[in-house]
Formats: sequence, structure tokens, C-alpha cells
Amino acid sequence: MTATKAPSEPPQQRAVRRPGDRIFAGSAQGSGIFILLVLAGVAAFLISEAIPALTAPAEDIPGGEGLASYIGPLVVGTLLGAVLALLIATPLAVGIALYITYYAPRRIAATMGYVIDLLAAIPSVVYGFWGLAVMAPTLVPFHLWAADNLGFIPFFAGPASTSGRTMFTVGLVLAVMILPIISAIAREVFSQAPALHREAALALGATRWEMIKMAVLPYGRSGVIAGAMLGLGRALGETMAVAIVLSGGAGATVNLISNSSPSTIASNIALRFPEATGLGVNTLIASGLVLFLITLLVNMLARWVVNRRADFSGAN
Amino acid sequence: MAKRIEVSDLNIFYGNFKAVEGVNVSIEPRSITALIGPSGCGKSTFLRSLNRMHEVLPGARVEGKVVMDGQDLYGSDVDPVNVRRQIGMVFQRPNPFPTMSIYDNVIAGNRLNNNRMKKSDTDDLVEKSLKGANLWNEVKDRLDRPGSSLSGGQQQRLCIARAIAVEPDVLLMDEPCSALDPISTLAIEDLMAELKERFTIVIVTHNMQQAARVSEQTGFFNLNGVGQPGRLIEFNPTEKIFSNPDQKATEDYISGRFG
Ligand SMILES: Nc1ncnc2c1ncn2[C@@H]1O[C@H](COP(=O)(O)OP(=O)(O)O)[C@@H](O)[C@H]1O
Ligand SMILES: [Mg+2]
Repeated sequence: MTATKAPSEPPQQRAVRRPGDRIFAGSAQGSGIFILLVLAGVAAFLISEAIPALTAPAEDIPGGEGLASYIGPLVVGTLLGAVLALLIATPLAVGIALYITYYAPRRIAATMGYVIDLLAAIPSVVYGFWGLAVMAPTLVPFHLWAADNLGFIPFFAGPASTSGRTMFTVGLVLAVMILPIISAIAREVFSQAPALHREAALALGATRWEMIKMAVLPYGRSGVIAGAMLGLGRALGETMAVAIVLSGGAGATVNLISNSSPSTIASNIALRFPEATGLGVNTLIASGLVLFLITLLVNMLARWVVNRRADFSGAN
Repeated sequence: MAKRIEVSDLNIFYGNFKAVEGVNVSIEPRSITALIGPSGCGKSTFLRSLNRMHEVLPGARVEGKVVMDGQDLYGSDVDPVNVRRQIGMVFQRPNPFPTMSIYDNVIAGNRLNNNRMKKSDTDDLVEKSLKGANLWNEVKDRLDRPGSSLSGGQQQRLCIARAIAVEPDVLLMDEPCSALDPISTLAIEDLMAELKERFTIVIVTHNMQQAARVSEQTGFFNLNGVGQPGRLIEFNPTEKIFSNPDQKATEDYISGRFG
């Protein structure tokens, strides 16, 4: 750009770039920047709106005992429901995906895949009502049984709810909701396990299950984790189904089967937001910020797990 | 240890398509048998029928008999999994398990057979198998690295190490050198010459010099036209095939006057 370049320097060579390449690179880069801007915008909004609640004196926060004791139980409730859902849904989804890709006759596999995908299309309000009307009463006997027989585990310490509108029921409903996401992704990655390596296993004398252990599961591992994280994201943020099913208490308890389970962040925001004013709004937004951070953290953790053994991922 | 395979009246199908027809052959123990012929004439299909790998494809089936030292491999009470444990296979494209280390790749087959092996035993087995595959010196310092971190030729020798670690009776190789450079190819040919002391080896190759260099017996597959089944046209000692074949088609093929 300046005219005082040293004469020995070779003239700048510019690679020829075709217009198609330039347009594509430009639009791809634009999309990338756009998504970053949206993320930054949401984060900035959450932070700026949460600041009044973060700085307010404890007695002004709803509940009168400060922000931490307002959000704390909600965090517990959120994590409890989502993790329970994940623990139930992931193995089930992996099993379904394996059955569809490697065991079921072709026609049954296609039908099953279709039905499971349909589960994803059901609106969450419907899940909520189903949870309230069907799941909760059905699960009451289990609640009572768990309180009697598993009461020594803190999760199942009584007294059991007689309505079934508990964190346990919520976890099950959420599990059904996230099942299609996880199983769809698991199915996709399992079906792409290279024939080359599946045949290598079979030629060594592996049974079908051994072949799956050697050549399919390790290959699909990172995909299953990614699917589980998407499912977890949905479970963490689920609003309606939780709000309808749970008769939320207020204590920060890990008890799954009592009436005192705390609500979740998302459903609490949905229930309180319409009537909230002033600092109440800021408090809810602060809880939203916490949810945002939890999700971010979970995703970073998943990424770390996936990358830890990137050399062995089979992607090379 | 090395066993003889007798094939009689073997027809091989993909669904309704008959890919190979009427194969009768006897494969000698402790020797290398080469299968040559133009692409698509059914060499791989035939090879895969010997260890019952053919039937893993949906709709694929076999008629006829394959007998190994008196045992009918397609007998109704024979588990194909056991057949594959006795008859090892090396594929055209090197296929070490990318999610396993070099060490774990070598003993992958042994882990299937029995889970409880002492660490010192597996260490010995890994060293012996890698030495047997002429790979030990190149990888002994990085046994915990992924198998996919090796070069193509090394990966193929790793696959051979994996196949011989279970001490099979027979080793099937489907164009094991076609993805490799000449140096790696020679390394594997030398290796085969050593391995035939212990195993029965059947190798498919489209490289006629290779067949002439390594094998004792050679089978020539051919097909009459597209959509026709492939047939074993001639099976003779390698020397005879390459100097004075019985069939005109064989002579045309090896002298390059083909098609
Ligand atoms: N998976 C398959 N499904 C259907 N037909 C196949 C399949 N694999 C091979 N064939 C057919 O079988 C015939 C023999 O193929 P192949 O054994 O691979 O020949 P070669 O190894 O001698 O090149 C060819 O006509 C090929 O198209
Ligand atoms: Mg072939």
C-alpha cells in the first residue's frame, strides 16, 4: 500500500479466485459471523438485564433471602430432571438405534424409525398433559414402592407423593421427549460405521454383538455424545411439559418422589414471567442467565470428552 | 495348523444373480495358492465363500461343498463364527480398527476367543505376531498409538499380524498389495513366503508377476460375458500356468492378449 517497498521484495502474487468460490466463502463466513453475533447479543441482553438483580440487596429479591437461595433450588431441579431424563433416554436410544440398524428386518426397521421420528413432532404441551393425566397416576404405585424399599437412597427418601406429580415423573416424560433426538442421531452414526471395519471384525470371528462392540459403538461414540447433548439441551430448556406436570415445591432437595421437588429454571420463568414486575423480572432473567451458562458448560464438557480421544475417533 | 480345503461344485449367488459357478478345486496346505483373472470374474466372491464371509451380505448364499480337513464348512451344525476363527482374512484395503491402538488391534481376535489373558501373555503374543508380520521394529515404541497412524503398508502388515495372532489354519488374502507401493508390496511378499511354512495361504491378485513370484498353485477365473457367472477355467501349478497353460483363455490372459 505504501510506495516505499524494498525493491528486492517479489511482487505480491494474488491467487486467482473464481467468483463462485468468493461468493460461497463470503456467504459461509457471513453465516458464521451472524450466529456469533446472535449469541453475543443474547448473552449481552441476559447480562445487562440480570445486573439489577445481581446487585440488589438480598431482601428485595422475591423470596426475601437473596438471589442464590432463589435460583439455587431451581438449578437443582433443572439438573435433576434433565440428568434423570438423559440417564433413562440414552441407553434406550442407543438400544433402539442398534436394533434398527443391525437387528431388525428391513421393513420393521423403516417403520420403527418413522414412528420414533414422529415422537419428536409431538408438541411439548401434549407431552405435559399426557404426563399429568397418564404418567403421573400410573407411577404413583412406583413412588410408594420406592419410598418403602429404596428410601435409604436420598433420591427416594419419602414421603412419596400420592399425585405422582414429581421430579421422577418429569424425568420420565422428558426422557420420552428427548428419545427421538438421541436415537435419530445414534441411528445415523451407527449406520455409517464403515463396512470395512465391520467386516474386519466379522472376519476375525466376531459374533454380531462383538462386531457392534468392536466396530460400531466406538465409531459412533462421539455421535451418540453429541446426540445426548442435544437431548440434554432440550431437557434443560423444556418449559411446558415440566410446568404442567410438576407441582413444584421450593426446597433445594434431590428427592425425586416427594411433592417438595423444586421447579426448573425454564418452567419457573414461564410460570412467573407474566406477573413479574421490576426486580422480579431481573431475577427471572438472572436465572435465565444461569441456565444459559449451565448449557454452555455442558456443551464444553461434551466437546472435551469427544476430543480427548480424537486420534482414535476413526475420522482419519 | 495348516489345513487342506476341498471345494466341490460350488455356486455362489448374490440374491438371484449367480456370480460364480461350478468351482471344483483342492487347496494344498503349507503352500500359496494364487487366484488370478479379470475384474468382476468372482475371485473375491469365491475367496469370501471359503470363510463364510460371503453370507454376511443380505441375500447372498452358496450352493455346493467346502470341506476343510474332512469338516464340511457349510454343514448345518457349523457356526460361521467358528469357521471365521479358523480361517483368517486380509482385505484389499487395510482395515485396522481406527478406535484401537496398535497393540489392541493385534490381539483383537484373541480377545474374542478368551477375555482372560494375562498381560505378560498378551505382551508376548503381540510381539510374536508383529515380528511374524515384519512390523515389530517399526512400531515397538508406539504400540499405544492408533492403528490408523501407520502408513498404508504398515497398516496392511498390522492386519496380517492381527490375522495370524489367532493362529488360523488358513489365511485368505484379497489383493492385499493393491493399495500399496512397490516396497511395501515386496515386504508383504517376503512375509507370505515365511507364513506359508505355517499356514495355508490363498491370495487373490491382479498382478500376474506377483502370482508367479509367490505361489505354488494358480487358479485362473474368467467369465464369458457381462451378467454371466465367473468360472474357474484352469487350476495348475504356477510354473505350468505361466509357461504352458492347458487353456487358450489362460494363455491369452497372461500374455496380455485378453478381451
Ligand atoms: N455385494 C454385491 N452384490 C451384488 N453383486 C456383487 C456384489 N459384489 C460383487 N458382485 C458381483 O459379483 C461378480 C463378481 O465380483 P467380485 O467377486 O468382486 O469379482 P473380482 O473380485 O474377481 O473382481 C461381479 O459381477 C460383481 O458385480
Ligand atoms: Mg475383487
